[in-house]
Amino acid sequence: MSSAVVETHGHDAADHGAHGHVTNTGQSNEKLGMWVFLGSECLLFGGLISTYLLYRSKSTGVKPKDVFDIPFTSVSSFVLLMSSLTMVLALSAFQRRDQRLGRLWLTTTAILGAMFVGGQVYEFRGFYKEGLGFTTNLFSSSFYVLTGFHGVHVTVGVIMLLSLVMMSRRGTLTPDKVETVEIIGLYWHFVDIVWILIFTIVYLIP
Amino acid sequence: MTMLEKRPSDVPALTTGAGLAQIGNDGLGVFSRPIDKPGWRSWITTVDHKKLGLMYGMVAIFFLCVGGIEALLIRYQLAQPEQKFLTADQYNRIFTMHGTTMVFLVVIPLGAAFANYMIPLQIGARDVAFPRLNAFGFWCFLAGGLFLYSSFFLGGGPDGGWYAYSPNTNVVFSPGHGMDFWALGLQIVGIASLTGAINLIVTVLNMRAPGMKLMKMPVFTWMTLVVQFLLLFAIPVITVALFLLMFDRSFHANFFNVSKGADPLLWENLFWLFGHPEVYILILPAFGIVSETLPVFSKKPLFGYPFVVVSGVAIGFMGWGVWAHHMFTSGAGPVTVTAFSLSTMFIAVPTGVKIINWIATMWGGKIKFEVPMKFSVSLVSMFTIGGLSGVTHSVSPADTQQTDTYYIVAHFHYVLFGGAMMGFFAGFYYWWPKIFGYKLGDKLGNWNFWTMLVGFNLTFGPMHILGLQGMPRRQSSYFKNQGWDFWNMVSSIGSSILGIGILFFLINVWVSRKNAKCGLDPWDARTLEWMTPSSPPPAHNFDHIPEVTQLDEFFYRKYATDENHRLVRVPDAAPLPPVDPRSIHMPSPSYWPIVVAFALPLVAAGVIYSFWISGIGGLMLLTGIFGWGMEPSADPDNPYGGHADAPAAASTSETANV
Repeated sequence: MSSAVVETHGHDAADHGAHGHVTNTGQSNEKLGMWVFLGSECLLFGGLISTYLLYRSKSTGVKPKDVFDIPFTSVSSFVLLMSSLTMVLALSAFQRRDQRLGRLWLTTTAILGAMFVGGQVYEFRGFYKEGLGFTTNLFSSSFYVLTGFHGVHVTVGVIMLLSLVMMSRRGTLTPDKVETVEIIGLYWHFVDIVWILIFTIVYLIP
Repeated sequence: MTMLEKRPSDVPALTTGAGLAQIGNDGLGVFSRPIDKPGWRSWITTVDHKKLGLMYGMVAIFFLCVGGIEALLIRYQLAQPEQKFLTADQYNRIFTMHGTTMVFLVVIPLGAAFANYMIPLQIGARDVAFPRLNAFGFWCFLAGGLFLYSSFFLGGGPDGGWYAYSPNTNVVFSPGHGMDFWALGLQIVGIASLTGAINLIVTVLNMRAPGMKLMKMPVFTWMTLVVQFLLLFAIPVITVALFLLMFDRSFHANFFNVSKGADPLLWENLFWLFGHPEVYILILPAFGIVSETLPVFSKKPLFGYPFVVVSGVAIGFMGWGVWAHHMFTSGAGPVTVTAFSLSTMFIAVPTGVKIINWIATMWGGKIKFEVPMKFSVSLVSMFTIGGLSGVTHSVSPADTQQTDTYYIVAHFHYVLFGGAMMGFFAGFYYWWPKIFGYKLGDKLGNWNFWTMLVGFNLTFGPMHILGLQGMPRRQSSYFKNQGWDFWNMVSSIGSSILGIGILFFLINVWVSRKNAKCGLDPWDARTLEWMTPSSPPPAHNFDHIPEVTQLDEFFYRKYATDENHRLVRVPDAAPLPPVDPRSIHMPSPSYWPIVVAFALPLVAAGVIYSFWISGIGGLMLLTGIFGWGMEPSADPDNPYGGHADAPAAASTSETANV
């Protein structure tokens, strides 16, 4: 029998149930794995956000409203939200087998993400100059840890996006692997949604 | 990034250019693909779920011995009043590491060992969904465990208790690096649990044999699936707690700094929000094991299969709503205490359902008291005692009296040793013929069982009395006139008997290795793992993936019921044509999982000592992740994976999955 026949049977561990293979749920292992992982991430950010909420009201000294620059953070939040749009455009381009356009949108997404992280670093420097160090009070510790964890997630996302760009340039992001773009897109959108929560809870709600 | 197992490039026809496709296949070019490596290299590079399950088991049993020796030191110290065998400081470190070891390095990994080995076999799969991630999880567990224990050689072990209440574990009260090692080491062990959870959830949801609906899965697979979901959601909670502790200790954050207004209940809430689901993470695999053994040795189907499954799932949900019963004396307030009292009473219901079902399974059965059955029955009875003393904790006035006494210690050892460990020993004896091809010896098995059962009850039974007499836990000594001498002595003698029981097991393992092969189905079992063409199973598990039509598929291929509802043996089906193992695609071994996993202790050590070490670790981590990402899961030059039964030069491709 030809190997094409093997492809249609779903129980080869080596094939990982990637698309084209039958899995019980119809989703590939990789995509299902990412969904399951993101479920776990919800609890990670849930724990950090709860800690922040508990400590914001108990904190003494420098308060959130003394340091926050809402217009600035609104702009950087907008930048991050737009990166979700460009991520969708990238995926759509890859699905239409337009690798060049796909790379362009992926690079744009990575740049927007990097701009957001850069904005966060700039913002943190400002806070520090105004006297809000990591060890200053309960608010500062829980604020920096929460937003810092999010920033690390965005950074990891940027690295993964740039890796995809490299794969595409080297020709290894073949049409059968385009699902990788979708899976990293899932991660990217999740990180965006978490930021909407953090921005609302930390910055907007007084 | 490590999430994404790259799809093997076994379909070169789809790649855009033949020349370009080769680039990715070479990976980073640091290592050659470890195909067909003999000896130790086949173990450190393996991605086979069976080898990894075996390694999980071996390392966990090693840590069981370490934790057991710590327990014996504790009992030796407490055998008589006012002993000076250990200083208070040493005693703190030893009971901290005893608890930490037993929970994180013994019982969770034993659950992982059985899950890794048995789940793919029980659902009729050739391997897990992400084989390299599986290997990575094991190496994280080993790296984290070694990192934790390295603290004893690098400035004293952790001394804050296994639940590490902060602020008591802050630098002020626990100077020295012990708790730093604890927080970072558990973080690494936690990665093992998290990746394992993702892997096994996807495996069970996606890779079942044709016809195996969720409600036709063996109960062990079901319970382990529930455990993986609990791990998936509980691990990030303790990850947060451990990070906060690390930031406090190493970077002077204020999370547990009471002088800046921190809330000492934050740690307790985070820890127990992880910690109570954790209790079910520890016990449910054992529940799954006895749900397999009791029907086999009673020659009856499991009584009320849907109830056993649904009650397990219910425990998984309700386990999230009872954590504050660990905190009844923390001043949480009457409403909180009442609510958690009630939820704690309610969670006894699904557990009770299981026990009723197990007893009803045995009722009227043709019971064979083989060694695994003895361990299984002792789980049912010993866990019931532990469960009932647990219900007494839900009565908050009584709990207020018992908090931090030996009554609590008695309770959770009846649950964890009488429950989880008895179940795991049932699993050892039951599945040993599957894993090694021969049974563990009966005679030594019986010695093992009876000494363990007697020793266990002598050790922990008296602790109920000591606790009700008011003896506090975690104190390194007590005075003569407190009336605790007798039962402490009994308990210490019991612990030695228990230790001898474990020793019998190790001797049995050693002696039995020369036992005769026992055939493929020594217990007349019911589930798919006994259908593999050999014991131990070949690397590809099944020659022909079985089609499943009912629960206990294997049993009903052997037996049918006549008009009087008696079982009659049916003739064996004609054997399917033999399969050329070279025709089965399997993932290839890889060096990258161990490289990535052992970068983590370096990163962690850097947090404690100097960031230069973290830098080296980080570089190793990054290289490892990219090497992993660029290396296809199955080596394209060895399209059939180069697994043990597949000679590298596979010429023809025949499908085994027809």
